[in-house]
Amino acid sequence: MDNELPPYPPIDPTTFDLIVIGTGLPESILAAAASTASKSVLHLDPNPFYGSHFSSLSLIDFPSFLTSHSSPSPSSPPLSISHHDFAVYNFATRPLYSPFDISSFSPHLLHQHSRRFNIDVAGPRVFFCADKSIDLLLKSGASQYLEFKSIDATFLGDDKGNLWNVPDSRAAIFKDKSLGLMEKNQLMRFFKLVQGHLAGEQGVKISEEDLQSPFVDFLNKMGLLPKIKTFVLYAIAMVDYDQDDVGVCRDLLKTKDGIDQLAVYSASVGRFPNAPGALIYPVYGQGELSQAFCRRAAVKGSLYVLRMPVTALLVDKDNGCYKGVRLASGQDIFSKKLILDPSFMVPLPLGMSPSHPLQEKLPLFSFRDDRGKVARGICITKTSLKPDISNLLVVYPPRSLFPEQVTSIRLLQIGSNLAVCPPGMFVLYISALCNDDDQGKKLLHSVMNTLLTVPHSKNSESKAAFQSETAENGCAVQDEIAESSSAAESNPGEGKPTLIWSALYIQELTLGQVEFLCSTPMPDWKLNYNDLIDVTVKLFKEIYPDEEFFPETSSSKNCEDDGDIALEA
Amino acid sequence: MHGRPRKVPKPEDEAASAAKAQKLRALQTQFFSYHHNKIYTKEAIELSAKLLEINPESYTAWNYRKLAVEHYLSQPESNPDSVRSILDEELRVVESALRQNFKSYGAWHHRKWVVSKGHSSIDHELRLLDKFQRADSRNFHAWNYRRFVRELMNRSEQDELKYTENMIYTNFSNYSAWHNRSVLLSTLLEKKAEGFLSKENVLPEEYEFIHQAIFTDPDDQSGWFYHLWLLDQTVKVDSPLLVTSWPAHGSDVLLVVDRFHKVCGLSPFTTLHSDSGSFPMVLYFNQSVEGVSSSTVTVESGSNKSEDIIWKPLSVNNSQAAQVWVAHLTFPTSELNSSVEVSVGHSEGITSTRGFQYSYPSKFSFKVHVQPIERDSSQGSVAESVLWREENFKVYEARSDESIPIVFFDQLRIRNDPEPTASNWRAEALAKEIECFRELLSLMDCKIGKLTLARLLMAYDAMSSCANKLVHSEEVLELYSDLMKLDPSHYQYYKDEHCLVLLQEMISNRESLLKHCFQYTDPVSSTIHNPICLRLNNLSLSRMGAFEKLLWVQILDLSHNELQSIEGLEAMQLLSCLSLRNNKLRSFTALDPLRKLKSLRVLDISYNQIGEHSIDTTRYLCSSPLSHSVGSEWNKDETVISDGALIDYWEAFFIFKELNLKQLDIAGNAIADEKFKSILVKVMPTLKRLDGELLG
Repeated sequence: MDNELPPYPPIDPTTFDLIVIGTGLPESILAAAASTASKSVLHLDPNPFYGSHFSSLSLIDFPSFLTSHSSPSPSSPPLSISHHDFAVYNFATRPLYSPFDISSFSPHLLHQHSRRFNIDVAGPRVFFCADKSIDLLLKSGASQYLEFKSIDATFLGDDKGNLWNVPDSRAAIFKDKSLGLMEKNQLMRFFKLVQGHLAGEQGVKISEEDLQSPFVDFLNKMGLLPKIKTFVLYAIAMVDYDQDDVGVCRDLLKTKDGIDQLAVYSASVGRFPNAPGALIYPVYGQGELSQAFCRRAAVKGSLYVLRMPVTALLVDKDNGCYKGVRLASGQDIFSKKLILDPSFMVPLPLGMSPSHPLQEKLPLFSFRDDRGKVARGICITKTSLKPDISNLLVVYPPRSLFPEQVTSIRLLQIGSNLAVCPPGMFVLYISALCNDDDQGKKLLHSVMNTLLTVPHSKNSESKAAFQSETAENGCAVQDEIAESSSAAESNPGEGKPTLIWSALYIQELTLGQVEFLCSTPMPDWKLNYNDLIDVTVKLFKEIYPDEEFFPETSSSKNCEDDGDIALEA
Repeated sequence: MHGRPRKVPKPEDEAASAAKAQKLRALQTQFFSYHHNKIYTKEAIELSAKLLEINPESYTAWNYRKLAVEHYLSQPESNPDSVRSILDEELRVVESALRQNFKSYGAWHHRKWVVSKGHSSIDHELRLLDKFQRADSRNFHAWNYRRFVRELMNRSEQDELKYTENMIYTNFSNYSAWHNRSVLLSTLLEKKAEGFLSKENVLPEEYEFIHQAIFTDPDDQSGWFYHLWLLDQTVKVDSPLLVTSWPAHGSDVLLVVDRFHKVCGLSPFTTLHSDSGSFPMVLYFNQSVEGVSSSTVTVESGSNKSEDIIWKPLSVNNSQAAQVWVAHLTFPTSELNSSVEVSVGHSEGITSTRGFQYSYPSKFSFKVHVQPIERDSSQGSVAESVLWREENFKVYEARSDESIPIVFFDQLRIRNDPEPTASNWRAEALAKEIECFRELLSLMDCKIGKLTLARLLMAYDAMSSCANKLVHSEEVLELYSDLMKLDPSHYQYYKDEHCLVLLQEMISNRESLLKHCFQYTDPVSSTIHNPICLRLNNLSLSRMGAFEKLLWVQILDLSHNELQSIEGLEAMQLLSCLSLRNNKLRSFTALDPLRKLKSLRVLDISYNQIGEHSIDTTRYLCSSPLSHSVGSEWNKDETVISDGALIDYWEAFFIFKELNLKQLDIAGNAIADEKFKSILVKVMPTLKRLDGELLG
């Protein structure tokens, strides 16, 4: 990392109930929850910004953040240094992002505006207006620091580059131009069935047997046409694996869960008057979310120190229990509990005796998720995928792009009205679950090739992160010319947006856990934060079994009554 | 605004509303004293504002404010600024009243009144409307006011159409928005605005649009309402048309003044007996028209001078518009054969009630043969009596070459086809709709879908059948039968529609019509040659219809049905014998159409329910002697009966005093006691037989 860190300020007091390292969303929520429960909290982050793996970064900070987490840290050897009453174990950085590709086709232009970008590290990500995260924002009071705007539409994509509007509500079905009358009738009847079931209407209850069966079987039983089935499964219930192919499907959705998904979706449509659709996105990017919880924690008395690397773990010599951490400043801080973001690991010292208590504990720390990895791609364009819509979601259901595509690919386009990029530009986030790097990159490329015109710039294809950064200034003029000539070359993709910048990376998945230490999870592969919040609540309950997670207060009650979050029309 | 459950008021709410009422009463008392004394001081006006804020429904208070405004505006010292501030204050009061209840008729009306004065900012009105329509997009008061504002500010219909469309896209369960769309489209079509030149171009797109709503949610009624409007627009021809006439085109009418004369050669369908040598000529239009007169209808015939012919509308409520018009032609025995040519609408003047000109002039002609009197007819008529006995009726066996009435209608129809090319798109549109709703019904059971399909099929048959064939009647009958089972609460409506289709089917072709044609033979004098009797008895008809094809009928047997009304029967001007025995007629008001049947001599209304029901709901639909329209006809002094009886039986009196009946059967009705019968005899001096008894 950066060698020229500013002098570290000394921290006082030196003992806390809880130390949280990393300001990712789960850590920030935990810090806010703990401080709300009157715990003294020290919240540290080695970075100069909030959000860690959930942050939104400028075009300059983004590559360096990925770089710092893409290879094992060349830190001091994992030696245990004995102290008078505790052992010191150096932290190491776990590589979480595979070697990544960043390509810039218009470096000069982007360089000019690089600070005006807020690129989400964990995109694509949105909120459903009625999902748990919105409830948590309201309940915790963090919503007062955030402002949202509506995602205008959801589309299903195909391999021809067509985007089909997803009719996700009664009004949308009515308005839809691509559905036939029969399809409209069938889809609406299905929605009504679900609503009737949820409302407990007479005669429309879905049987328990059906609820326990796979959702896809239920949809088949209802006689839904393939097109409608695809809408429901992949664009509304946001299912990842191909539900029709038991061989590759690792996560077969049950009817009960499918219905719950639809319930959240339909409750989302129209929940807030200014958001016509189901989905919203925070102004200035997803990183704002972590920051909002941090501000909430600060109000409740947490102490915040950014730019503060943590170098080592302090463990009781005798019983192997956690004591505290050593900061980059050399200061030792002690606490009863410690929460670490997933990039930390503690390598076993080479000469440790097999009977040492940590011998067993350390390797268990921070499990990988067996789900595989998430392939993420970020693209910047100067035109929208849809001329009249700037914020939109596109879903590519399994097998919609190529036969071996077994998982859904989702793409979120965000425009400058959400303050994530300069006016006239658009940021596209793509993600898909994958088993390995090659498969992940293939998924990302297939979407990019379908929707975008990728300029044939010789050196851009294999350009690694460092090259692009250093090359940027030098080749600025040539690149600009290359860009303009390629534009004049006529648009081969008949109106497809032209790619001007892209970043592709494969992110590891980790499980949040409380073992010897508490480690938070990496951003998951989902579109919203529901599962992450579930895990976070679980972590909190394990750390503080006797405390309530954001107890209802009179003020938060008022907030809920208003049902109010700042939404711009 | 919609779908909110009603809550039982809590005790504290009730106390609060009692306190509010108390306060309101005090305010009201004070207000009335100001109002009666014409006090328009600042204090008095403020009080009325306070009253209206609590209760926007107080009409008197709104009117008081209007008076106050007029009072101040008429002051000599008033200037534009003071006028504006007075009117602005009114707008403010209305706005706060609307906040209290934005469905207040009085408040909206007051606002219109103020804004009409033309001193207020229209932009502000639009902003206010936007606010109200966001709060409740279906509020028809706001929509109504919007139309008013639109007209005032001359905003284009196209812009409003766009606005309405957006409202529909936000939520298509909005009857007010659909209604506004229909109003705007009608205006644009009438104006022939660009892109709205003809229905042919506009309606198919509208069908396409409404399908989206209907198919997305067939349970929502607003879409169906709009579809019904579209269907009406498709079927309806603006300018009036002549549908049928009597005598029909090309027919030979034999006018016999002597009943006992043997008639040969000519069909009994067109043989008439007349004491006076005259018979009614009937014009049956497709809609209610005005202006049928000797100048708009010319009749060329030897003995009848066009200008002497008096055309009368057959309307039960005495209005000057009617679908059926009648005139009497007289043929003296001096002229044995004459041909008559009638031209309708060759000069302007016949207009529909909606103001459209009759623009397809038509001509028809017929021949009249007069059979001179050979014997004194008075003898025959004394003995005249009709016995509605089964054995007196024999199935009429028509000769194969004999023309029967339905043929004539076909001829008239063909010649009258108004827009041979235009009806193409109409039939095409209907065919498309039929296909569409068949598909919907294949997906789901849907009552309104079935009803719509039935209506479409009937409309299609009516439009496309030059040969008078009902292609889809079986399917329609089945649909209505289904609906009667599916939707018992509207049973009677479906039953009525079912009957109308059944009737259309029965008289649509020669074979089926002949099954119902009988010849009445008197057991006493078997030589009498009577006209054809149409027997539609025992069919469980709840409604009578198809009158336009039954103008020729002189003897009609509707006994043993379920009729509650005989609406439309007044068109059958030739009717001389009518049996309504064993039906469900509940009152004399239901018999109102009979008043127009001047030829009626024999009537059987026995075994109905007249007098059984204390409340006569038909009275609300029919004209009564107390309504203004017929009041002029009512001359109490003419009556030969006592005031007391008049009060008890005025409905009967009203019907029977205009009939020249010779024979009446009324037994089996609750009302028919001796007292009533004695009154009937007084009212109808012409009556010879009452309930089978010869009167002295």
